Amino acid sequence: MDYKGWNEFEIGSVLTPFAEDGQTQVTKHNDARDYLPDSSFQISVSHWRVEKPIHNVSTCINCFNCWVYCPDSAILARNDKLSGVDYEHCKGCGVCVEVCPTNPKSLLMFSNYESSEEALSKWPAKEPKNKKDN
Amino acid sequence: MAETYELQEIEVWDGNMAASHALRQAQIDVVAAYPITPSTPIVQNYASFLANGYIDGEFVRVESEHAAMSGCVGAAAAGGRVATATSSQGFALMVEVLYQASGMRLPIVLNVVNRALASPLNVNGDHSDMYLGRDAGWINLCTYNPQEAYDFNLMAFKIAEDYAVRVPVMVHQDGFICSHTAQSVRPLSDKEAYKFIGDYKPKNPMLDLNKPITFGSQTEEDWHFEHKAQLHYAIMNSIEVIKKVFKEFEELTHRKYNIVETYDTEDAEVIIVALGTTVESARIAAQNARKEGIKAGVVSIRVLRPFPYDLLGKALIDAKAVAFMDRSLPAGAMGMLFNEGVASIYQANGSSNSRPIVSNYIYGLGGRDLTQSHLLEIYKELDNNAKAGKLTTPTQQFIGLRGPKMGFF
Repeated sequence: MDYKGWNEFEIGSVLTPFAEDGQTQVTKHNDARDYLPDSSFQISVSHWRVEKPIHNVSTCINCFNCWVYCPDSAILARNDKLSGVDYEHCKGCGVCVEVCPTNPKSLLMFSNYESSEEALSKWPAKEPKNKKDN
Repeated sequence: MAETYELQEIEVWDGNMAASHALRQAQIDVVAAYPITPSTPIVQNYASFLANGYIDGEFVRVESEHAAMSGCVGAAAAGGRVATATSSQGFALMVEVLYQASGMRLPIVLNVVNRALASPLNVNGDHSDMYLGRDAGWINLCTYNPQEAYDFNLMAFKIAEDYAVRVPVMVHQDGFICSHTAQSVRPLSDKEAYKFIGDYKPKNPMLDLNKPITFGSQTEEDWHFEHKAQLHYAIMNSIEVIKKVFKEFEELTHRKYNIVETYDTEDAEVIIVALGTTVESARIAAQNARKEGIKAGVVSIRVLRPFPYDLLGKALIDAKAVAFMDRSLPAGAMGMLFNEGVASIYQANGSSNSRPIVSNYIYGLGGRDLTQSHLLEIYKELDNNAKAGKLTTPTQQFIGLRGPKMGFF
C-alpha cells in the first residue's frame, strides 16, 4: 500500500471500491470485479481473528444459513454451493457455526493455526437425538 | 416548489424563531431532529413551515439525539444539505456522532441552544454543552442575540459547504436569554437569503451509484493520525473562509462581524472577555464603569473553533488587567476561556514588554443571573489589579454564588 501524507488523499476517510462504472461492476460476481487496491475488499482483517471457522463439505446441505448470517459476507458461494470461508475478511465471530443446522455441524471453530486437513480429520460424529424423557 | 414566506422588514423573533427562519430559507434537504429544551422551538417551527408548504425537504422524527445526528450524517453522506438543533443532555448524547460527522467531513449545521448539564437537572442556560463539544472537530460560531442567531445560521451553511472547508458547523446561542427573548430582527427575503447561501454542492455523494463510496472507513495506527491532522488543518484554515463570508454578509446586509469583537478597547486598561449574551451585558457594564472613571472595554470571539489565538492575543496584550468569564464548571481547573485566552496573550507582541494581569471568573451556572452590579464589581477588581500592578484577588473566583467566597490560586 502507498502510505500517503496527510495532504495527499481525499477528505472524509473515504474509500471507493471501483475507479469507474460502479453500476456495471456490481452486476458481476465478486471474483470478476475490478476492485481498486485500497478498497475495503482488498484489505485483509485476518489478523483480528483468534479462531477460524472450517467448512466441511461432506456434511453441508447448502442451506445458506451461514451465508445469510455472516456479518462480513465472508462465506463463499460458488456455482450455487457453499465453498468455504473468505479468510481475508472473516473475523472469527462464529455466527456461522451457531446457525448451522446440520448434525454434526458443517462449520466448526478451530485454532487459527490449524490446517483444514487436520481439522476435518477430527470432525465429530453425528450426535444421537435427545430422548424426551431423559 | 416551496412557498415564499412574506416577511416584514423588521420581525419580532426570539433566537429560536430567528434560527428556524434561517434554516427554512436555506431549503435544507433533511432535518433529523429530537426535541429538547430550550432548542425545541427551532425544529418545531421548522416542522410547521414544512407542513405548511414553505420547505421542500424531509423532516425525520427519530428516537433520540444520537439517532438525530446519525440521521443527519447519513443524509449528508448521501449528498444533501442537512441541519438540526439540540441542547444540553441531547447534545451530550450526540457527542459520539459529532466526531463521526467531522471525521467524514460532512457540512452539517447544528444549532446548539446552550444549556446546563445535569446533575442536578436544570433546563436553563450556561455554556457546559458548548465546552463539551469543543474538541469534536466542528467549527463553533458564537452569537449574542436573536439577530445574530439568524445571521450566523445563514453564514454557517456557506462556511461549512465551502469546498476549502467541508467541516460541520455549530451555531451557539444562549438558552432562554437569547432563544426565548423576542427582539427586533431584520431578515433577508427568502430569495436574497437563498441566493447568499447558494445551491448545495455535493461532494462524493453516496447516491451517485456509479461511484460507490465508504465514508469514515476504519484506519488504525498507520492512517488515523493523517486523517485527524487533515481535519485540524481544514479547521485552522477555515478562518480565511469565515472572514470572507463575514465580508460578503456585510456587503449584503451592512451588518459587520469580526472574528474578535472589541468594544471600547482602544484606550481600555481593563477588559472583560466573555461569550454569549454576557457580551452585551458586559458592554453596558463597561459604559457604567467608565462613568466611574474606569477605562473599561469588552472583548469577545465569534469563533470558538478555530480559536483566534493570534487576534485575541493582539486585542488583549496592551490592557493592564483582563478577566476571562467562563460560564461552565471547569471541575478542577481554570476555565477554558481563561486557559486558551491567557495562552494567546503569552505569545502576543504588545507595545511594551509588560503583559496584562489575568483572572478568571466562573459565573451563571444553571441560568444564575449575572447582574450589572456583578459586572461592575469585576471591573472594579480589575481596576484595583491594574493600579496595584498585581493580582489583588485569587486568580479564579466564583461570582453570584451563595456561601463563603470561593477562589483559587
